[in-house]
Amino acid sequence: MSVTTERRTDIGPPHYEQFLHPVIKKNYGAWKYHEILKPGVLVHVAESGDSIYTVRAASPRLISTEFVRKISALAEKYCDGYLRFTSRNNIEFLLSNKDNIDPLIEELSKFTLVGGTGRGISNVVHTQGWVHCHSAATDASGLVKAVMDELADYFTSMKLPHKVRLAVACCLNMCGAVHASDIAILGVHRTPPRIDHETLPNLCEIPTTVASCPNNAIRPTSIEGKSTVKVDEDKCMYCGNCYTVCPSMPLADPLNDGVSIWVGGKVSNARTEPMFTKLAVPYLPNNPPRWPEVTEAVKKIVEVYAKDARPFERVGEWINRIGWARFFEKTGIEFTKYHLDDFRHAGTTYKRSVQNRY
Amino acid sequence: MSDELKTPLLDELEKGPWPSFVSDLKKMAPKKPMVRDLLGQLEKSYRDKRGYWKHGGLVGIMGYGGGVIGRYSALPEEFPGVSHFHTVRVNQPSGWFYTADALNELMDIWDAHGSGLLNMHGSTGDLVFLGTVTDELEPTFRELTARDWDLGGSGSDMRTPSCCVGPARCQNACYDTLALTYDLTHKYQDELHRPMFNYKFKIKMSGCPNDCTAAIARSDLGIIGIWKDDIQVDQAAFAEYLDSGMNVQEYVVEKCPTKCISIEGKEFKIDNSDCVKCMHCINMLPKALRVGKERGAAIVLGGKAPIVEGALFGSMMIPFMKMDDFEELYDLIERIWEFWDEHGKNRERIGEFVERIGLAAFIEGIGLEPIPQMVIQPRDNPYIFYEEYYEEE
Repeated sequence: MSVTTERRTDIGPPHYEQFLHPVIKKNYGAWKYHEILKPGVLVHVAESGDSIYTVRAASPRLISTEFVRKISALAEKYCDGYLRFTSRNNIEFLLSNKDNIDPLIEELSKFTLVGGTGRGISNVVHTQGWVHCHSAATDASGLVKAVMDELADYFTSMKLPHKVRLAVACCLNMCGAVHASDIAILGVHRTPPRIDHETLPNLCEIPTTVASCPNNAIRPTSIEGKSTVKVDEDKCMYCGNCYTVCPSMPLADPLNDGVSIWVGGKVSNARTEPMFTKLAVPYLPNNPPRWPEVTEAVKKIVEVYAKDARPFERVGEWINRIGWARFFEKTGIEFTKYHLDDFRHAGTTYKRSVQNRY
Repeated sequence: MSDELKTPLLDELEKGPWPSFVSDLKKMAPKKPMVRDLLGQLEKSYRDKRGYWKHGGLVGIMGYGGGVIGRYSALPEEFPGVSHFHTVRVNQPSGWFYTADALNELMDIWDAHGSGLLNMHGSTGDLVFLGTVTDELEPTFRELTARDWDLGGSGSDMRTPSCCVGPARCQNACYDTLALTYDLTHKYQDELHRPMFNYKFKIKMSGCPNDCTAAIARSDLGIIGIWKDDIQVDQAAFAEYLDSGMNVQEYVVEKCPTKCISIEGKEFKIDNSDCVKCMHCINMLPKALRVGKERGAAIVLGGKAPIVEGALFGSMMIPFMKMDDFEELYDLIERIWEFWDEHGKNRERIGEFVERIGLAAFIEGIGLEPIPQMVIQPRDNPYIFYEEYYEEE
């Protein structure tokens, strides 16, 4: 028998229908409501009266084929082979038989946590970090592990005022799009790129490199007759744009790279419009493997929110109600000059009234 | 290096209740020299507090410009297993639905051709195979396509579109997010695989304003389900919520952003003409309230993370578009791409392009009329560029 060697391209992803549970296929577009039966367990009820049960479990996102084979085997055993993933890296097992829920949870509990539903902390959206990225100012998988070990109880329960969405991005490129999360952890560089004038003329296109800087800090220059660039260090805000287009301008600086913490963003339109995250802590040191300063700061924010927010207030809604002055007071986080915006549209963040809490 | 892999710092991350990627990787290490050296290099990163990856390199699949990210270790002598550690982005199925068989098949391919490590999933939506060598790229691609899988996007192309669970398992879906994602991805295969844009262009589909894919924040083009008519109310189910003792007044009525809800006796009253479709009451009372029947999507444009000029949320282009078929949407997308292609600059996302040239010039360029729904408020400065004025005859 001959093996076909025809090269297929541009075939696109396979059709999703073949991966849908029969109950889902039958009731597609005809769902009536859903309920959270307990943390990590949902039931969706269709117009037809059919139910599909979902068991949601954590995944570290960075996983092995072994891990996937393990969850596949559980899906075979309890879910007729059907499962899916959420936009927050959770695994969702889809069950038509209610009796399979608890045995599945028992097996899952041997290697992961079941939860991530409702008024708690769901899985963390995050990036690659030192595992796989050239521009990372910190690790992502390790930070997530360290932070979620501290907050695991909020994953497996639903006792917060509202859902809290966490995200980690290991540099300002924000592949994890942390700019709209309740609490965001963002890796930061804090020193200008160190220019390798030897390699730059060969590796980088100078006009592109100059144009890459959002603050016009890069200028063409020549050193010993060779074209290169110089950086006005007073203007550099360490964003790493130049490094993206020019490998000869690395920013990694073990002594100064670290982590910042941001709060109060949301994506959903529920009650209030989507909000950006805002700066809470400008810098904490990189302290692997457990980043104790970061986990402590995040935990503190969660705990103050848990105590102080009203039911169904997201972190940003809570802060908007109590005011930023109270947020810093209650969390004990120091307010510094770094909290004052000095980029584009900075003036829109200045207070222009005398309304204050005394 | 010695035969025994020592990772005292990473070992600390095997403790604690959250599932440990370190334990998972360590189980793979004896089978895969690549994983072993990845752990070695990562341990070094943890010790030295810095990454050891070189700036990406140009590798790829013949005929494709996107889908593969070149990655090389900066320490190839010390960690030869990761001297090449390229990423292969596999286009996920709509809604991230899989069967165990499909996953096992994908894992067979990746065990045979790569490190055996992956992300389920990447931030844009792809299933991300992490770590292989240049020579394995084409064989990986051939095996994937032989089993009906294809690559996703990377670089300045249309990035892999992704969507929420949609009508497959959600009562709030105002259009078929899975069907649109599948259809759109297939329609624009060329734009996905061959980077020809000024910069990346991400598309996300959310079925309702809860926006589970973060379309408003994480996509250049967000297609967010919405309805126009009245919220459907099941008064009997509502009365049950009241009878259960739930504080509907505080948790629902008072949280309504436009204060258009009231309770009369045991009846839920809503002035739908004032409802802004925020979803809060529907989220709180899923058994009693449902989205309306006249459904479609709102189209927002320009969402992005900070690089280059600062983070943006998508801004309103079209408050309501019917989604019974997708022709009107495709027509809009093509007008947007054409105008951006002609007037945008290199590495300028569409949101930054709109900010640079102004919303008025942009919508004129793509053939939309100005409407008040596009803004929070009209301008509050008098610096108007008048284009029409009278002249003496």
